[in-house]
Amino acid sequence: MTLAEVKRGNRVKISNIPDEFIRAQAIRFGISEGEEIECIEKIPAGPVIIKKRFQEIAIGRRLAENITVTN
Amino acid sequence: MHSHDPSAKLKNVSVTAPKLVLAGNPNTGKSVFFNAFTGMYVDVSNFPGTTIDISSGKYKDYVVMDTPGVYGVSSFNDEETVARDIIASADIVVNVVDAVHLDRDLFLTQQIIDMGLPMIVALNMMDEAKDQGIEIDVEELSQLLGVPVIPTIAIKKQGLDVVKDRINEARRGNSDPDLQAKLAEFMSKHTSIHNKAEALLIMEGDPNVAARHDILPVGLREQIYSQRRYRINQLLDQVVRDTKDNSPFKMKLSRWMLNPLTGIPILLISLFVIYKLIAVFVAQTVVEFTEGYLFVELYEPFIRGIIGNIIPEASFLGQVLIGEFGVLTMTFTYVLGLLFPLVVGFYFALSLMEDSGYLPRVAALVDRVLTKLGLNGRAIIPLILGFGCVTMATITTRLLGSKREKFIATALLGFTIPCSAQLGVIGGLIAPLGWQMFVLYLVTIFIVFVLIGTVLNKVLPGKSSDLLIDLPPLRLPRLGNVIQKTWIKSFAFIKEAGPLFALGALLISVLQLSGALDSIITAMAPLTTGFLKLPKEATIAFIMGIVRRDFGAAGLSSIAMSPVQTILSLVVITLFVPCIASILVLFKERTWKEAAMIWFGSWILAFGVGGIMALLLL
Repeated sequence: MTLAEVKRGNRVKISNIPDEFIRAQAIRFGISEGEEIECIEKIPAGPVIIKKRFQEIAIGRRLAENITVTN
Repeated sequence: MHSHDPSAKLKNVSVTAPKLVLAGNPNTGKSVFFNAFTGMYVDVSNFPGTTIDISSGKYKDYVVMDTPGVYGVSSFNDEETVARDIIASADIVVNVVDAVHLDRDLFLTQQIIDMGLPMIVALNMMDEAKDQGIEIDVEELSQLLGVPVIPTIAIKKQGLDVVKDRINEARRGNSDPDLQAKLAEFMSKHTSIHNKAEALLIMEGDPNVAARHDILPVGLREQIYSQRRYRINQLLDQVVRDTKDNSPFKMKLSRWMLNPLTGIPILLISLFVIYKLIAVFVAQTVVEFTEGYLFVELYEPFIRGIIGNIIPEASFLGQVLIGEFGVLTMTFTYVLGLLFPLVVGFYFALSLMEDSGYLPRVAALVDRVLTKLGLNGRAIIPLILGFGCVTMATITTRLLGSKREKFIATALLGFTIPCSAQLGVIGGLIAPLGWQMFVLYLVTIFIVFVLIGTVLNKVLPGKSSDLLIDLPPLRLPRLGNVIQKTWIKSFAFIKEAGPLFALGALLISVLQLSGALDSIITAMAPLTTGFLKLPKEATIAFIMGIVRRDFGAAGLSSIAMSPVQTILSLVVITLFVPCIASILVLFKERTWKEAAMIWFGSWILAFGVGGIMALLLL
């Protein structure tokens, strides 16, 4: 499943972030592969907002569609 | 000993004195610490080869240097390369950390520790952490990091003196033994690298630092980053406890800002308040005083008097210096009297939005719309600034992620966004014509805006970057900080754009005095009367728009036209080439080919759209 398909309020585990540059950026924000995160908001057809501990990140929809997650 | 000492590149910074460097993520309150260290005597100088200004000062025997806020040290953008070079050359690092954002901030902290630099951590915003129910075991954090950690509340001046007093306790922290072993091995192989910080950066694959030492970057970034992340997560589990749900109101407000149903009204209200502040207060009250009184009534006669004594105003040189478009008259009045207050107003609003944490939420909210135009949410910043000054906005397109986005944003700005100088005059001309005419103008410009973005997005090769931004907690902005930011940015704008406006005025004076301006007007007149069905005087107004956008619009007010003709000419003037300073910035920022495309394109676009309107409506 991709991050874009996660429902609001659900917790998932990040399994793959495709782009090397994005992966480096995400690790700095505290999100790395294997990390458990919560989807706290989905802007219709827009970014997915995720949260880990106190850190919130907005991820563009196209990017979210390329990030795979597991329950 | 440091082969790439950035202090040698900056003015008034001693190369021999020990360097105390402030480092931290964006919006952690670093500037308050910098001011506490240096007091009033601060030098601001440009970091060569970039657009970034670095503040430096003195504390005891130390040279104190500030760095741009970054999430980590490498070379993903200009801010990072500058921060990287300054941090790598530090003797002591004061790392300012946001206690609410430890997950994010400690990545940089650990990276600097891994670089082997002596450090002291200021754990800032402890009051907010407490409000949000975040309990941090400071003692334990200090133990695990291996460096002193001092809790502070910078905005209340708490803990600042403790940080200053304990500077000499700074030490090298605890790093991953595996990583350190690899670093030692790497440095023994490459004896030309004496600086552990640079060695780490090369192992993390930084191409610039590697090139300096004439070796290839090592591709260990992912591995080092993941292990660092793992180490921090372990540490956080031991140090941080979440005792209650964070402030329910702030959380709700944050959701409202992001949800389109509530977020769009909140955005519209915010924009309306900004409009009132800038269009009503700044553009009328303030500018009337600065432009109308200070410059036109006091300054211009004064400078004309002085220069006129030596050089007759009617002579060629006199005209260039103090004539209608004189470098000493029009440029000063325009840049300092009119644009400066407007730019200050815009940067003030933008800094408020940034410091409160609202701006990234707006970026997330509008991301969906902007991706259709080949941009992402971050492009909202240059687009908003465009309504202030297109020249300033074009400069800020630098913050966008790819060349493709920079081109699209620059094109949208150059083609369709009327700047504040022009908006005032346009508003004045439309107001008496009734709302239907206002809607006609708005809809036309909006259609062109969407069309250009959509078409460029389809036609241009490559891929635009996706949104990936940090949403900081909402907080009340601190006025002192907002004012300081506004001042730094506005000043940087005047410094960068001022000379361009002067050069533009010079070019226009030469065109006018050589008679070229009149020839262009005569050549264009048939196009205006035949194709656009407008009086031939409108041509003068269009061409004047090249000089100053508001000149163009103002020129229209003296011409007798029907309401539809007025709207048509306003549409043409909005779409037509931006003012001469914007054009110069355009050619400076983009390649010649791209800039020329935008410039010639705006002639075709303005007359094309005007022609279609004339065909349909007149």
